[in-house]
Amino acid sequence: MAVVKLKRPKLNFGEKIYFGALIKGFLLTLKHAIKSILGKSIGADSLASSGLGVTMQFPEQRWDTHLPEYYRGAPALVTDEQGRERCVSCQLCEFICPPKAIRITPSEIPANDKWAKVEKRPLEFDIDMTRCIYCGMCEEVCPEQAIFLRKDYLITGRSRADMLHDKKRLYEIGGVRTGLVNKWNELK
Amino acid sequence: MPDLLSIAILLVKIIALTFCVVLPLVPVSVYFERRFCAVIQDRVGPNRTGIPLTLLGFKKDFHFFGLIQPIADGVKLFLKEDFTPVHVRKTFYWLAPMLTVAPALITVCVIPFGSPITIFGHTEKLIIADIDIGPLFVFAVSSLSVYGITLAGWSSNSKFPFIGGVRSTAQMISYEISLGLSIIPVLLYYGDLNLGKIVQQQADNGWLLLPLWKNGHLGLPDLQTTLFWIPAFIAFIIFTISIFAETNRMPFDLPECETELVGGYHTEYSSMKFALFFMGEYAAMVIGSALIVTLFLGGWSVGFTADKWINNLHIGSFQFGGLVHLVTFLVKLIVFILFFILVRWTVPRFRYDQLMKLGWVIFFEAALINVFLAALIIAAPQLTASIITTGAVLLVAVTATVIWVARISEDKPKPLRA
Repeated sequence: MAVVKLKRPKLNFGEKIYFGALIKGFLLTLKHAIKSILGKSIGADSLASSGLGVTMQFPEQRWDTHLPEYYRGAPALVTDEQGRERCVSCQLCEFICPPKAIRITPSEIPANDKWAKVEKRPLEFDIDMTRCIYCGMCEEVCPEQAIFLRKDYLITGRSRADMLHDKKRLYEIGGVRTGLVNKWNELK
Repeated sequence: MPDLLSIAILLVKIIALTFCVVLPLVPVSVYFERRFCAVIQDRVGPNRTGIPLTLLGFKKDFHFFGLIQPIADGVKLFLKEDFTPVHVRKTFYWLAPMLTVAPALITVCVIPFGSPITIFGHTEKLIIADIDIGPLFVFAVSSLSVYGITLAGWSSNSKFPFIGGVRSTAQMISYEISLGLSIIPVLLYYGDLNLGKIVQQQADNGWLLLPLWKNGHLGLPDLQTTLFWIPAFIAFIIFTISIFAETNRMPFDLPECETELVGGYHTEYSSMKFALFFMGEYAAMVIGSALIVTLFLGGWSVGFTADKWINNLHIGSFQFGGLVHLVTFLVKLIVFILFFILVRWTVPRFRYDQLMKLGWVIFFEAALINVFLAALIIAAPQLTASIITTGAVLLVAVTATVIWVARISEDKPKPLRA
């Protein structure tokens, strides 16, 4: 391996004096300062700034309309357009959840029910939001397209009980989702 | 009884000027620092620390544009646990912060804040101590703050504060030379060290750096004043940069920056003592700006021949022109503090050997030569042409010699491995 001898670059007189570089520096920072105050910083419009710099000042402005398609918010269970709750309590999401935030108690669908073919549905379905890391593994692994991650990120509560989303709350957040594969319907 | 009255007036002046004008400028400059540097960095800065009006029953908190932030910082530092580590030398540990703050606040005495005001027929100068050695007093007293930093670094009994203390001491001592030498041209020009008289002369005959009026008439300056502008400008530059170095402020803040030395000489200090160091640094910055404004930019003078008119403003027998001048002085001071902040967030810090070389080799020589140049220009009307030319030739020769000596005594950059 050849040894490369490095030498300090020789500065010319103007560079040694350093005042020119200082003045250029001042003009640069002043330019940034003036543009920030006027609200015209580079990237202010694309980052939806509040008018001072590029900062979006949080509670007054939100970025809910700028969330990308793939944003992972809070998980929720969905009902489909036929009014059936999609979850069959296979517990795959419970087993894959990295912080083990999901707890499911499976139960039976009685034989006289319209959907008796499906055989299982959850009795209890709890997601502990203080454990959830919003990774989306539950959505990826679900074979029934029953659990989806929504776009809400402000999950707050005043007690630990508030932060435990039970089945009723999950279906409430999830709502109805159309366009899913209805594999349990009768063959045509 | 008149003595009691004069003592009372003096006390009022001390309390008003030190504790109601200069000391509030410290949290104001902290606030401006955080806001201005935020705006430079395309962000917002603290703008939410308001008064929690909802606690008092109102509907919404009012944010006061973040002006409560420095008060919040002060309250935090006040309420923090103030402990003394076991391994420090207690006496000097406790003494050091006071030695940093007290000199900075004492030097407020000699700064002229405004022209005299008249209340009930009694004229009062807006300066606590109108002594005839203004700048010398400031330099002498602010040298005491070097002790504060040295003791802080040494008594902390720990490696990094010690290095920070030593570096800071050496830096401050080095730049005191150029500090003192650089303003000799100004003192030669005005022939007087009394700061109040210097400002009065600048109000009448043009600021040192902007000599556009004389004796009440606007107009371009004569040849001597124009020529004197060159050493005055060089003095301004050297003095300003030396003030940066004296207050340990960027780009000279190697002794106390976080990436180099944890906290430098104030690593081992907690709440109130740290607050005192902090206040001392910002108070020194305020005093430095005040000195620069007083000596070079006209102090409290509004300039452009408006000062006489302002001095005559009155309501009945209360002449309040001095208060208008006080406000002008504060405005100029704040502009200069903003310049300090701009420099901090623009210029990267100097390496320690570059810093020392700047102080001892470059500024020392430049200030010395500046003194001779200024003396030549000031004395020129009284000298014959032959003496002036001889003087100029000698000056050029001496400058060339000094530059040549500095250049050949520089170390050659050594290759990394033989």
